[in-house]
Amino acid sequence: MKKIMPSMLITIGALCISLWLFGMFVSAAGANAFEVFHTIYRAAFGSWFSWQNTLVRSAPLMLTALCTAIPARMGLIVIGGEGAMVAGGMAAAIVGVMLHGWSPFIVISGMLLMAAIVGGLWIGAVGALKFYRGVNETISSLLLNYIAIAIMSFLVIGVLRDPTTLNKPSTEHIGEANMIGAIGDSSIHWGLGIGLIVCLVLWFVMRRTTFGFGVDVAGGNMRAAQISGLPVGKMLLIVCFIGGAAAGIAGMIEVAAVHGRANVSLNAGYGYAGILVAFLARHNPAAIIPVAILLGGIQASSGLLQRSHDLPDATALVLQGIIFVIILASESLYGRPILAWFRSARTYKTISSESKV
Amino acid sequence: MSADGVEVFSIIMAVLGGAVRVGTPFLFVSLGELLTEKSGRINLGLEGNLIMGAMAGYAVSYMSGSPWLGVLAAGGTGVVLGLIHALLCQQERVNDIAVGIALMIFGTGLAFFLGKSFIQPQAPRLPAIELGTWSDSPVVRSALEINVLFIIGLLLAPAMAWFFKYSRWGLMVRTVGESKDAALSMGLNVNRIRLYSTVAGGFLAGVGGSFLSLYYPGSWNEGLSSGQGLMAVALVIFARWNPMYCLYASLLFGGAAALGPALQSVGVTSGYYLFNAAPYVLTLGIMIVSSSSYKKLIGLPEELSNFSK
Repeated sequence: MKKIMPSMLITIGALCISLWLFGMFVSAAGANAFEVFHTIYRAAFGSWFSWQNTLVRSAPLMLTALCTAIPARMGLIVIGGEGAMVAGGMAAAIVGVMLHGWSPFIVISGMLLMAAIVGGLWIGAVGALKFYRGVNETISSLLLNYIAIAIMSFLVIGVLRDPTTLNKPSTEHIGEANMIGAIGDSSIHWGLGIGLIVCLVLWFVMRRTTFGFGVDVAGGNMRAAQISGLPVGKMLLIVCFIGGAAAGIAGMIEVAAVHGRANVSLNAGYGYAGILVAFLARHNPAAIIPVAILLGGIQASSGLLQRSHDLPDATALVLQGIIFVIILASESLYGRPILAWFRSARTYKTISSESKV
Repeated sequence: MSADGVEVFSIIMAVLGGAVRVGTPFLFVSLGELLTEKSGRINLGLEGNLIMGAMAGYAVSYMSGSPWLGVLAAGGTGVVLGLIHALLCQQERVNDIAVGIALMIFGTGLAFFLGKSFIQPQAPRLPAIELGTWSDSPVVRSALEINVLFIIGLLLAPAMAWFFKYSRWGLMVRTVGESKDAALSMGLNVNRIRLYSTVAGGFLAGVGGSFLSLYYPGSWNEGLSSGQGLMAVALVIFARWNPMYCLYASLLFGGAAALGPALQSVGVTSGYYLFNAAPYVLTLGIMIVSSSSYKKLIGLPEELSNFSK
């Protein structure tokens, strides 16, 4: 708890400051800040209908956030979630079309597996380039985003195009029977369930297993981990593969639960928003769940903000940007004396007397 | 000339003209990124500067009637974003790459928010210098319409190379970028120099943005930038942290980006999207070939070495 308390306090404090700044911003734009907050709340969490909208948006965010969060535990900054999502979605659509006629269970499993493998290899390549050639992972994953989008555009316009899709070139439909269905009567699809399970499983792996501990050690000090005999290279490849696989599954969900085909809609910015979720959650897979829901809510509110306050739809993007900047600025607060105040007085004394020695 | 010959000629002219037109924003953003990186920091947020600059340049040009005021305003917004980046990064434990991504989202959102009302009106554009009046061919003429900003960029690249090599300030920026410890022991204020470099880099990226909205494509809308600001980081690696190479690389990337549409205009449609990816594949290839886990990239400022370790 001692470790969780300050980090939660800092995060919540940073969120409050961001909301205050955002309030000032919309006031300057001529809107009533309190009414805007109320609208965001109403559009995001105010009713069962808005909850469904929010949760549907949060499912891919959870998975793309993992693409940044898992490698980040080892000190890598991977921003390739968008590309891995596109690659995974494309792979899922191809498998879905190829396995046409098989039982839906086999088709869906096949799509899930293939999306995870292709997404995993996509970011795994980033890890391999980092380890074997020393190529910076941020830049290579960024470049791979553009390459993935270009390959997808090439495929859906050329070889894999369904000729009936005129305005928006797409692959053929995977078939209604093979779509991931909704949970009960709601409009929430099972993709949310997949997202939750993957987050919780990875939380367990990263926080409760020897492998996760090794990753954290290497993230703290790569050299020390190497000297103490941890297989740093193998771990690097594995964390990148896991992150990419998660983002690949996000692409599969978008194809199998929302669009039914792979097309440019896959490249809708979930990958970049996932980076924000990962940093907000401080790269903790379990914390990603509430943060993704929060961000899904903010994104869901942009339409209503536009309609009821006459604010541009980019308002939600401004709020995301402010939160991201403030959260990063708050990183510098960790380990500062202000926080010692929250710890018990005795621990603080021992710490300060040690530091004098 | 045969029909095929005319087509090939028009493609070549389109690519050459495109290299200049599409390459100019690349040139400004990459020179801005280069300046920042030479001081030992990476600013991944120049995409935000670019879009914000495009919006501010267009808005000010529309309201004041002077596109040059617009260019200045675009640079000004770049200065503000650069300032935020520099001030955040000099705090402890704050990661420059993450701050860059955050500022990219913030700058883009802010530009879309404030620029909503400027999508419709037509603002005065930057003038072009017609160097092709000697020719009767419209293809040649349009390829040789050179914007003044490109000429400024053309002069800026060698000026920056001179700045780094011979000037006192350039040496200071390089020292801070190569070794923080050496800079500190010389009594240099590391954070201050990095702040100036980031702010100046932000200014250049903002000016690059104004080129997008005020000259080519020449209007403001939300799909104006296709990631030129993000590409700047890759372009600087491609150019090995050398301003003159930045110039050549920008022209190359601009030409590569113009090749797709040029091929499409003569009926080659398949493979069009793969040509779009050419600059990215090329940069990735260069990074793979030239870096290794044992030695650093040639030209890489030493303080950026977490970059390839």
